[in-house]
Amino acid sequence: MSTVAVNVEEKLFQNRYKVDHGRPHIKIRQPDLCRNECKSQSCTYVCPASCYKAEGNGAVTLITDGCLECGSCRIICTELSNVEWEYPRGGHGILFKFG
Amino acid sequence: MSEKFDVIVVGAGPSGNAAAYTAAKAGLSVLQIERGEYPGSKNVQGAILYANALEQIIPDFREDAPLERHIIEQRMWVLDEESFVGTHFRSDDYNKPPYNRYTIIRAQFDKWFSSKVKEAGALVICETTVECLLMDGDQVVGVRCDRQGGEVFADVVILADGVNSTLARKAGFHGEIQAGNVALAVKEILFMPQETIEARFNIKEEEGVVIEMFGKITDGMMGTGFLYTNKDSITLGVGCMLSDFKENPNRTSPYTLLEKMKAHPSVAPLIAGGEMKEYCAHLIPEGGFYAVPKVHGNGWMIVGDSGGFVNAVHREGSNLAMTTGRLAAEAAIAAKAAGKGFKAKQLASYKQALDESFVMKDLHKYRDMPQVFHQNNQFFTTYPELINQAARSMITVDGIDKKTKEKEIFSNFRKSRSLTGLAGDALKLWRAFR
Repeated sequence: MSTVAVNVEEKLFQNRYKVDHGRPHIKIRQPDLCRNECKSQSCTYVCPASCYKAEGNGAVTLITDGCLECGSCRIICTELSNVEWEYPRGGHGILFKFG
Repeated sequence: MSEKFDVIVVGAGPSGNAAAYTAAKAGLSVLQIERGEYPGSKNVQGAILYANALEQIIPDFREDAPLERHIIEQRMWVLDEESFVGTHFRSDDYNKPPYNRYTIIRAQFDKWFSSKVKEAGALVICETTVECLLMDGDQVVGVRCDRQGGEVFADVVILADGVNSTLARKAGFHGEIQAGNVALAVKEILFMPQETIEARFNIKEEEGVVIEMFGKITDGMMGTGFLYTNKDSITLGVGCMLSDFKENPNRTSPYTLLEKMKAHPSVAPLIAGGEMKEYCAHLIPEGGFYAVPKVHGNGWMIVGDSGGFVNAVHREGSNLAMTTGRLAAEAAIAAKAAGKGFKAKQLASYKQALDESFVMKDLHKYRDMPQVFHQNNQFFTTYPELINQAARSMITVDGIDKKTKEKEIFSNFRKSRSLTGLAGDALKLWRAFR
């Protein structure tokens, strides 16, 4: 498939969120596992909101502000089970206007 | 909140609303807990509403439900990079009320459904996330919410908490969701004037069109694309199995797939000028019959996406959700009336009703479909290309005689799949669909 440059931030910008500052609902349990044990780092391209980023030094970083709460990252991280995933606190997170 | 209810329903999607409405209407005390700001604010669907399942619950829903357009035309497209081969089914029969199905916008529809739930007498609490089930031994007795003193009790808890099925999984009622049993779909809503939509799709006011697509747009993965006409917007999306996304050698992101689909020469003119106002993602449980977990136990029942009730072949989900929600509520009502408690045995009528309904009959009919498509991605790659090549060859007038063209087409099919491969594919499809 030929490459298409897509700016997912522009898409997320159209969405409405109530971010629960300082209380991310998803966490990477052991960042070292992503860096050293995970070869595919598939969360960095499967996440539809691009919350996971592959850093130049081999690490994976996570910022949940744009999360669409689909649950994919937890399910694909089967080998290492390194994603701690809960729904945001009531009223927080993505607030779909149309859904 | 240390009250006790007859029924607690977790979630305010189609299955939760159907359950809460049915139970409250029968006079049971019902608490419904929703984590969104309002019912619908966490919910994502294409979305097509199939009238029949809702008619069984609210017969006169057409009077005030927010419906976009009734569908009069269904298009099925098989695409390669530049073309599509398709069938269109359009019938004026679909213009005769009562209409069979509608496009809807879920945030609006769910809000409306929830207003009916409240009218029926249920207590609906929003902005509250249920953290876990409360157990007394092996009996579910209530839920714990993320509010101060958030323990609430009930005879029965109906789990309508969506595809991730967090509560049942935490309670050990079923195992982890497999990536091969869910599809990841992304979509956008694009606004444009009503007249533009009606001109582009050759439809009148309130008439709507559905386009289902498969082929090159999914980059070799098992999946489909869709386009639905709403009143003054178009919903456009694409979804593929999560396991295929994970293993895709091109490491294609869902949003890249969506952008490529929007740029396809057959799609682009239909959506040109549309103003994008929201981007959504959602998992769809597509494991089918064999992926449905245990559906009831002591003091609990599971409904809708949370129980994997989706007929992926026919793109049906919300109707299964509403039906399972209604049947679970009916089981709770019967158990309450019988007065013999709420153990698995007293709730077994839910399982029985499910088995007798179209829900499990349809899932059973297509039980082998997920496996067949998983192991044979030629249906999403080779065939769409071959079919488009064949059509292009036969329809292009270029001085080559038709017999020669026919020979070339057959030879292309044989080269790509071999004769035994072709026969095997036909047999696999027949077995999976019969």
